[in-house]
Amino acid sequence: MTAGSRGFRFSVISAPMLWLAAFFLSPFVIVFAISLVAASDGQPPFASPLLMSNLTFDNYRLLVGDDLYAFAFGNSVRIAATSTVLCLLLGYPMAYAIVRAPQAMRNGLLLLVVLPFWTSFLIRVYAWMILLRPSGLINLALQGLGVIDQPLPLIANQFAVHLGIVYSYLPFMVLPIYAALERLDPALLEAAFDLGCRPWRAFWRVTVPLSAPGIIAGCLLVFIPAVGEFVIPDLLGGPDTPMIGRVLWTEFFSNRDWPAAAAVATALLVALVGPIVVFQILERRGAES
Amino acid sequence: MTQPLIRIEGVSKTFGDTAAVDGVSLEIGAGEFFALLGPSGCGKTTLLRLLAGLETPTAGRIVIDGVDMAAVPPWRRPVNTVFQSYALFPHMTVAGNIAFGLKQDGMARTEIKARVEEMLDLVQLRGYGGRKPNQLSGGQRQRVALARSLAKRPKALLLDEPLAALDRKLRDQMQVELAALQRRLGLAFIFVTHDQDEAMALASRIAVMRDGHIEQLGSPRAVYETPSSRFVADFLGRANVLGGRVAGRDGAFLLLEASGMTLRALAPVDVSPGSEAWLAVRPENVTFEDRGYANRMSGTVSAVAYVGGVSNFEVEVAGGMKLRATVSNRAGDASVHPPLGADVHVSWSAEAGVLLTR
Repeated sequence: MTAGSRGFRFSVISAPMLWLAAFFLSPFVIVFAISLVAASDGQPPFASPLLMSNLTFDNYRLLVGDDLYAFAFGNSVRIAATSTVLCLLLGYPMAYAIVRAPQAMRNGLLLLVVLPFWTSFLIRVYAWMILLRPSGLINLALQGLGVIDQPLPLIANQFAVHLGIVYSYLPFMVLPIYAALERLDPALLEAAFDLGCRPWRAFWRVTVPLSAPGIIAGCLLVFIPAVGEFVIPDLLGGPDTPMIGRVLWTEFFSNRDWPAAAAVATALLVALVGPIVVFQILERRGAES
Repeated sequence: MTQPLIRIEGVSKTFGDTAAVDGVSLEIGAGEFFALLGPSGCGKTTLLRLLAGLETPTAGRIVIDGVDMAAVPPWRRPVNTVFQSYALFPHMTVAGNIAFGLKQDGMARTEIKARVEEMLDLVQLRGYGGRKPNQLSGGQRQRVALARSLAKRPKALLLDEPLAALDRKLRDQMQVELAALQRRLGLAFIFVTHDQDEAMALASRIAVMRDGHIEQLGSPRAVYETPSSRFVADFLGRANVLGGRVAGRDGAFLLLEASGMTLRALAPVDVSPGSEAWLAVRPENVTFEDRGYANRMSGTVSAVAYVGGVSNFEVEVAGGMKLRATVSNRAGDASVHPPLGADVHVSWSAEAGVLLTR
């Protein structure tokens, strides 16, 4: 490689690097620093992390000591995992159907998948509140049809949170799986048939393994933001659905305990980097083979 | 051929308004090396896919080994396919690819292992079982594809442009290997190609296809030496085609009136005098030497191309028509090579010309 192209490569890579350093790494360092000091009543509401004598792990001890955090985190992971599986079960057939649709229809169908993004996320979640609440459209319609006497408890529970997450994140599952399936050579399936494989088996032995990168990417794109989701549990959830994003928000804005909130944020980040690293390893293994 | 292995009876396949295959009937025997030859879009690949069961015929019947294939899906047909792109499973090893078909049959693990080794030996890839397809060269992938489709011991092997993706040298080598493999296995090989050299070098019989139907069927020699139409004459090798009218008969030969001359040619079919016809003669049968041949023309050499073993000449004859002549460059034959611009006589024997009616 010549010196000129190396210089060019450096300048191309340095732009996103600087961006990440300025807007991701440095805020994270600040958050991490805040997580290591005690809260105070002053302005800013925490002791200066620049003094060595102020540094403490008390906030992390609080995270481990108080069951609320572990419960909220476990709850978040569980709800995110269930929602991810639901997204996969819904999204895979959708992506498959779009790939199999006539060429002329495909772009239109993909447009429909991303169409909800044209409306604000917050407005779409509010719309679900209007649909799901006891005097909402769904309950009114069911009562009007005489299917039910009393309104169904559709909101302020886990069901509503799952529904909201699946609804909001489904496109992030469909698109990468679509991309993986679209690259799949149809001759591979024909080869499987030719070698004695029935269609259903060929799907499991050929289509699914070869779309695995799309499945993994889709699951991470749904799971990771869903774990830290705040808006959906706040608007659609109830007391039985404490999620870690909501806890974080409460610590920060209601309790004004910035150090505790920063500790939650740091722990969450570390917990979520795990799956990404696993994904990277899987992907590298896939690239090698 | 006592009982043909494959019987194709009046098979058609239409896509929308176009007939890709149009009323084809054909019988292929066990152990035959059969070529479906034609330009792209002639329906040869569709015919192969109909045999594999990857397409269903719009009309007609396909019988393989005495069984009507109408209700038999591809996964239960006694034939296997080598795809043009090879279609090797990228997520499986070479051994996994070869074992794939065997696993579908529920064969015992030890038996599968033995068969995979046997197949790797057959295609000379011993020791490559653990590699992934993308770690192989084009020629090796082609061999894996062969091994995979032979592993199930099919009654016939279908090959879709098997050598098209290989470079010239490798193609020549694989041609030899394919021919040897076919002889050794004694299996029916049915292969699709647009390459006439490949078809002639490998096949015991060739079906030349055009617009969904079979234009001519026969041995490579028969198809090359006695083409039945201008299309076949032109598609297989090079041919001089002269148009004219049938003037009469002279013993075994027909007389053709063309550009003010009377030419003699063999006629595979009976032709009535006065009808329009064409005479086809191969360039290697046109000579500059005076051998007393029945068909003679005079003209000027308008192009010479030395291509190694032979030289290709173009001679402009009366009426502005151009005749092509191919002359051997064997040592000592130089005297018959006229220079560019020379006035020459060209001639060919009555037996070398074939009269065509279409």
